[in-house]
Amino acid sequence: MTETVAETVGMTRRFGNKTAVDALDLTIPKGVVYGLLGPNGSGKTTAMRMLTGLLTPSEGRAEVLGTHLPGNAEPLKSRIGYMTQGFTHYRDLTVFENLRFIAEIHDLPAARKRRRIDELLETYDLREQATMLAGALSGGQRQRLALAATVIHEPELLFLDEPTSAVDPETRRNFWERLFDLVDAGTTMIVSTHLMDEAERCHRIAILDLGRKCADGTPEELIEKVGGRVVEVAGNDLRHIGRELAGHEAISSVAQIGARLRVLVAETVTDAETAVTDALRDHPEVSVRPVRPNLEDVFVLATRGAAR
Amino acid sequence: MISARRTMAILRKELLQLRRDRLTFGLIVMIPLIQLVLFGYAINTEVRHIPAAVVDQSNTSLSQALTQIVEATQVVRFEERFATVEEAERAIVRAEVRAAFIIPHDIDDRLVRSPAIGGRFAPTAPGETARPVAQWIADGSDTLVAGAIRSLRVMPLGELFREPTNTATPTFEVTLFYNPEQRSVVNIVPGLVGIILTMTMIMFTAAAIVRETERGNMEMLITTPIRPLELMIGKIIPYVGIGLLQVGIILGLGAALFSVTTAGSLGTLLVVTLLFILASLSLGLVLSTIAKSQLQAMQMTVFVLLPSILLSGFMFPYEGMPDGAKLIADLLPATHFMRIIRGVVLRDAELADLGPDAAWLLGFAVLGLVVASLRFRKRLD
Repeated sequence: MTETVAETVGMTRRFGNKTAVDALDLTIPKGVVYGLLGPNGSGKTTAMRMLTGLLTPSEGRAEVLGTHLPGNAEPLKSRIGYMTQGFTHYRDLTVFENLRFIAEIHDLPAARKRRRIDELLETYDLREQATMLAGALSGGQRQRLALAATVIHEPELLFLDEPTSAVDPETRRNFWERLFDLVDAGTTMIVSTHLMDEAERCHRIAILDLGRKCADGTPEELIEKVGGRVVEVAGNDLRHIGRELAGHEAISSVAQIGARLRVLVAETVTDAETAVTDALRDHPEVSVRPVRPNLEDVFVLATRGAAR
Repeated sequence: MISARRTMAILRKELLQLRRDRLTFGLIVMIPLIQLVLFGYAINTEVRHIPAAVVDQSNTSLSQALTQIVEATQVVRFEERFATVEEAERAIVRAEVRAAFIIPHDIDDRLVRSPAIGGRFAPTAPGETARPVAQWIADGSDTLVAGAIRSLRVMPLGELFREPTNTATPTFEVTLFYNPEQRSVVNIVPGLVGIILTMTMIMFTAAAIVRETERGNMEMLITTPIRPLELMIGKIIPYVGIGLLQVGIILGLGAALFSVTTAGSLGTLLVVTLLFILASLSLGLVLSTIAKSQLQAMQMTVFVLLPSILLSGFMFPYEGMPDGAKLIADLLPATHFMRIIRGVVLRDAELADLGPDAAWLLGFAVLGLVVASLRFRKRLD
């Protein structure tokens, strides 16, 4: 039985008459990277802000590292790290000054402060940039500085809000390597993202849409669940065929990927390949074959379901 | 309760940011410097050389002599001559002159009967009243100008007849303490300390919290264990130093350029100035927790600054205001400070002499800090 670091029961947040997070139930085990996958506006940031005590839930409750929310979240702030979506450290301070500031804000004793700054400059490859203003750093360096500042007090639980949405794939790879180093050291992470390749790196994910949870589990489990519902169509005149298929009731979604159509069929359909072939009776020249689903298919199918 | 380390971290960060913000740093020094020189030389409540016109309807040697001795008072300077009163009035409308001096055709007759020449000639016969010698018409919209012209009303004219000026004994003896030469700058220099501090102190802190929000840093700060009071204190301490620097510049320059030396003790000066700086800073912090953007913060600063200039007693005496305005003036820290700083700098007043005003400033500062800390929420909702 794995330990749970965070749990929410029916956590809801409304802004006026708009419900940003709707009755969210999450269970986040210790030592994993837990992904909150969802499109923009699906309530990922709001959920994180409630879990960090920045927002009070309108309904429901949460328990984070044994702290009940809503409640006094202040003691929690020394045990968690929250890396915000944009760069929110001081652009007019140097890398070193930013780290020193945040270490002092966390009230680290002088010796530990020096040791941590030294370690972090090394780990996050920022030693050469230590005296550079944060505003002058490249996107990747700024990202590493933000992560270094977030983990300076060695938090047990990390919240990362779309950590690598704005950086190139190479930088993203490096960044995730460092995240897994932290996981290896026992840190739990909650990562929000709308990027499939980020979601694939998570141990477990929850798919959010319109504030509701559509699905959760390990990426493999989720892919497993939609097995047999994805087919690829190859042939000519794909734009036209695509439009024709999209109107069909057995078809959930059609998307063109280069010279192929990726067709997702509705849950009610038992044999995807036959259903699509039947739908394309008038186009004998196209070929239809079942393919292995990926996380994007899971995401599309899950959010389609919720929208209906 | 309050972590010194966290407060120091905020303080150090503010100083670093300030040091890198060259323009702001420059303005801290330039604002008091330039404004003191400007106002010290420019503001003068004693009006001289008012442009005036003369309408001489008699054109005698006596009327010319009269014109000359009027001009010799330096209150007016005759720039135009007109033949008729209507022309002179039009010149006032066009603002070419502010006043017109109208000498009637029977000036000689009027003069000999006038008490202004000390009854040198035949005393007025019973039943015959003396008439004014001549007439002034003036643009009375500016009360300072009007007052200066009115001061000419009972001007002695004995000089016209080579007589020594009327040496009548005054009704009251008046002794002017602290500013016997009646220089406006004596009142302006200490007053300017209050105005400049109001402006810079409130503006800096009003922007302080908002800037963190606007640049997104607040989003990061609220996820840390920082406490509101630590943030507030850390943010205002650097500005206390800046405030004292500005006071030093104003009073130092005031002594060097305008010989307005501080009569009171430096210790008292330091205490009362610190009280005012703290009061202004905490007011700025309260504004900062209300404003949503730096622009709003600036507007709120102006909202406080204008009454601080006009109602605090800096420009016009507090005593002259109606009770309602006094009530508003009493709410402004600048009003209390204006009384205190003039007391210390000009009249060598001790802290004990200024007790109520000083206590008020202290109370205001504490209240402001508490209100700002309470208003500041580490929450987004």
